Amino acid sequence: MTLEARELSVPGRLERVTLPLRGGRVTAICGPNGAGKSTLLQALAGLLPPAAGTVLLDGEPLCALDPRRRAQAVGYLPQGAEIAWDVTVRSVVALGRMPHGDRADAPVAAALAAMDAAHLAERRVLTLSGGERARVLLARVLAGEPRWILADEPLAALDLAHRAALMRHLRAAAEGGAGVVVVLHDLAAAMNEADEVVVLDRGRLVVSGTPEAVLSPGLIARVWHHDAVWIGEAGHRALVGR
Amino acid sequence: MTRAAAVFAAALAIALPLSLLAGRGGLSAPVSATELLILTELRLPRAVLAVFVGAGLGMAGAAMQGYLRNPLADPGLFGIAPGAALGAVTALLAGAPWWAVPPAALAGAAAAMALLALVAGRTPPGLGRGIALFTLAGLMISSLAGALTALVISLAPNAFVLSEIVMWLNGALTDRSWREVAIAAPLILSGCALLLLTARALDALTLGEAVARSLGVVPGRLLWLLVAGVGLTVGAGVAVAGIIGFVGLIVPHLVRPLTDRRPSALLLPAALAGGLLVLIADTAVRILPLMVELRLGIVLSFIGAPFFLWLLLRLRRGWA
Repeated sequence: MTLEARELSVPGRLERVTLPLRGGRVTAICGPNGAGKSTLLQALAGLLPPAAGTVLLDGEPLCALDPRRRAQAVGYLPQGAEIAWDVTVRSVVALGRMPHGDRADAPVAAALAAMDAAHLAERRVLTLSGGERARVLLARVLAGEPRWILADEPLAALDLAHRAALMRHLRAAAEGGAGVVVVLHDLAAAMNEADEVVVLDRGRLVVSGTPEAVLSPGLIARVWHHDAVWIGEAGHRALVGR
Repeated sequence: MTRAAAVFAAALAIALPLSLLAGRGGLSAPVSATELLILTELRLPRAVLAVFVGAGLGMAGAAMQGYLRNPLADPGLFGIAPGAALGAVTALLAGAPWWAVPPAALAGAAAAMALLALVAGRTPPGLGRGIALFTLAGLMISSLAGALTALVISLAPNAFVLSEIVMWLNGALTDRSWREVAIAAPLILSGCALLLLTARALDALTLGEAVARSLGVVPGRLLWLLVAGVGLTVGAGVAVAGIIGFVGLIVPHLVRPLTDRRPSALLLPAALAGGLLVLIADTAVRILPLMVELRLGIVLSFIGAPFFLWLLLRLRRGWA
């Protein structure tokens, strides 16, 4: 199971990015503001037709794929939480079933439970707090049981406990075979939780590899222009400024 | 059938026979042959037409609000109703016979749709840009059709043609027969069928265009279903009844609180409620004790404009 960007270019935003991704792992996309992280994620989700290059899902060009089949395979969670109508939490999460053409209850209930949102099912979404909404929107992605979960800053609105729970859940999804790709601003989260880190800067891929190898203080200084060191042990690292 | 749809279907089932009793001439207990003729050839087709026209406008309004994710959207935004009005008014100016007016209105609606396609149909498939472009193009087409309609009115050769045009623009179901039903009903029904095909995609748009696309919605296909659906329902409505405003705007608001607020859950109840609203308004027009019959379009604007203001006040205070 692979998802691969090959020589991907989007004018002004991405330049010849080649990135092979494998299922069963958590990959973090990191980089300073304007590096092209969200653009790369959208392109990987098949939402941006690249000006040049391709995105291949299991070797097939994503843009040639039937939109419904693509939607079954790739779940996408954008940054922010746009919700136009005050519908119930359950109907938001049930939208995740749309690519499958059903409204099966079991995956919806499982996704709600996984995001600790079962008790919110009958609430109206616009009455939820920011963090609750973020969990519900991720539950929508999980309800579709996609083979690839692409999430843009899923941690942004969450409190400590729910961040840990969400990362645990994405980890479990990856261990179940799904490919998980998350855009993360929090480098410590990337360091501690990801199997692989991809660093973008000004639309170009700088480096990719294991977090320990990639996120060195030297690279952080070069790309983020910030002097910092890691403290703590592996798996529990924290980044502190110098 | 949802609760909201059942409520409006039941109300319609009660209102339709009652509306047949309304009118200048009373009915006697054993219905005479003349009265039967009045019922079956005058009042019944008029009531049926009111329901069809209202249903088309109601569903088109619900679909437009769902598509634009905006409770202030109206089917008029695509410029289709003004296009249809321009077609009809041109036919009236040319002194066309009565039967030529609806086809001319449909041609006007089709021309507006074609222009919309020409201007905005090749929108690049970027995120978020398509909807804004179409809305602006629709507004411009509305303005253009409105200006041309004003030009046609100013060209009216005599007071008789002028009054005919102005009366027609105000919208009415007076003296409509089964002929108009036969013209409008199939078009409105097929338009509604197209709009019902957009239901799930409209639900997905609740979470924004990017999420909708990630869920498999094809924006171009959705847009054309919507334009064709609105074109058929609104174009056919204008063709047989003139401009009837506000129904497409108000009805979704009346219905929304009775549903779970998913755009798809709104479509059928909005059609039934739209039919009910126009039927009631048209019945009121018939029984109001005035020297001349008020125009339906005017009555609905009298209901619609204050409602819209009330809506704005409510929006100002917080979300409905």
